[in-house]
Amino acid sequence: MSGTVFAAPPETSGRLVRLVETGREPVRFVLDGVERMALAGDTVLTAILANAPALRQAEFGPERRAGFCLMGACQDCWIWQEQGPRLRACSTPVADGMRLLTRTREDWP
Amino acid sequence: MTEPRVVIVGAGPAGIRAAETLVTAGLRPTVIDEGARAGGQIYRRPPDGFTRPPATLYGSQAGKAVALHTAFDVLVAAGRIVHVPRHSVVALADGVLHAVGDGGGHRIGYDRLILATGATDRLAPVPNWQAPGVYSLGAMQIALKAQGVAMGRRIVLAGSGPLLTLLATQLLKAGAQIAAVLDTAGLRGQIAAFADLAVRPSFALQALAMRARLGRRYHAGVVLEGIEATDSGVTAVRWTDAGGQERRTDCDAVGLGWHLKAETQLADLAGCRFAYDATWAQWLPCADRMGRAGDGVYLAGDGLRLLGADGAEVAGRLAAAACLSDLGLPGPDVAADLKRLDRLERFARGIARAFPWPADQVRALPDDTVLCRCEGITAGAVRETAAYGGAEANRVKSLGRAGMGRCQGRYCQLAAADLIAASGGLAQAGDVGRLRAQAPVRPTPVRAWLEEG
Repeated sequence: MSGTVFAAPPETSGRLVRLVETGREPVRFVLDGVERMALAGDTVLTAILANAPALRQAEFGPERRAGFCLMGACQDCWIWQEQGPRLRACSTPVADGMRLLTRTREDWP
Repeated sequence: MTEPRVVIVGAGPAGIRAAETLVTAGLRPTVIDEGARAGGQIYRRPPDGFTRPPATLYGSQAGKAVALHTAFDVLVAAGRIVHVPRHSVVALADGVLHAVGDGGGHRIGYDRLILATGATDRLAPVPNWQAPGVYSLGAMQIALKAQGVAMGRRIVLAGSGPLLTLLATQLLKAGAQIAAVLDTAGLRGQIAAFADLAVRPSFALQALAMRARLGRRYHAGVVLEGIEATDSGVTAVRWTDAGGQERRTDCDAVGLGWHLKAETQLADLAGCRFAYDATWAQWLPCADRMGRAGDGVYLAGDGLRLLGADGAEVAGRLAAAACLSDLGLPGPDVAADLKRLDRLERFARGIARAFPWPADQVRALPDDTVLCRCEGITAGAVRETAAYGGAEANRVKSLGRAGMGRCQGRYCQLAAADLIAASGGLAQAGDVGRLRAQAPVRPTPVRAWLEEG
């Protein structure tokens, strides 16, 4: 990695509330450079929104986005990974060691 | 004779019953599905490692869910079905489907195609619905069912249709906090449709019981005025009650939805004809009662007629039976299913009339309301484009980009049609024409095709 520090969003609390099924194995991933915890079986969307209020910055407006349809139809939850390829957060299971971004990298050539 | 290649797209109730019917007749169909596990959206299964029993996940429908899951799993385990999970069909032409999954792109040839693509939530824009924390009702149900989470600490559900009250009771039961359930359908219209709803008395009674459980949270005949939000998300919903009083409900999440919109992109690419259906207030593909759409293509489930899960099971069996019959193979007797289909359609059309699309609310949207969530195109911009370029949906798309974003108009097409119709003085949204589907129907990395062998 380039060693770039990614600015973490100011909020530290998540958007969603875990109601049930909280006894699953923990999964560690990195969000905007900070290590975070999720649970095995979480989608990337669940994993991020358990830790942060939004997934990404909208390209065509000032607001941030936190997903919308959760069934792969609206395409509102595509986010970047540090190594490049994007993924659709609602339909991708979170995995140990994922390095995810809520913002676009600024140091790409 | 080589066995005909029959491919089914979608492993919800329609796709599963279609596959089962074909297997019974001795065929070995391929089933391509976006989900990791078969079941579709309404009978969606959580990933491995989740432990809630079916009765908790599916309530009174648990028996049907388990029967479908088991039927499918048994056939896959026995090698009677080729199951292609976690793959999206993004294009089709000349008897070949183009599917994309984690491993890249695949071409899958077919002689007969059964499309069981289901539906998405039907959405009407509400001012500020692009704020983080606004979800479709279906999204909130998926979050609860497949992830065990609520999408906020204090939730307002708004819109209309069976899912509104169902989701509210499911979330309450799971321990979520529901601040209000705002139904844009008035009580008078709901009562007027009661005769049609009574053809399925158990469903009608269940709905009334759910409504009673919501108590004073439920409000009928509401007009949604807007969503308030800060940078970090939703803070309140503003609405007008049936008595004309302005109200405001604090919340950090909003679920929106007005019943369902058929997922029809692949039917469009397959060359199916479409007609505007005034009851369901949307364009639907044309097929005969069995689901025959011509040219070796069959349609089943909510992607054809919005009958719900029970109707999808029936339609899946019928489409497979039609396919078998057209192949000259013996199939099941369909008389009872055709009768069921009629009864379920009468009920479903009653539902559509009781919980209608909020055309008046859409036509009254302020100009600065974001209509297209993908690219932030406003209601005002759509009105201007229609006034300048003409009241036709594809022209407004070409000139103003409404419907050209990455969801391909799935969530803005119907509202845009209302605005365009109003601009052109046309009687109904269907008069503005239908947005044509374009491949790929899901965003597809170029890599998927570069790496293909």
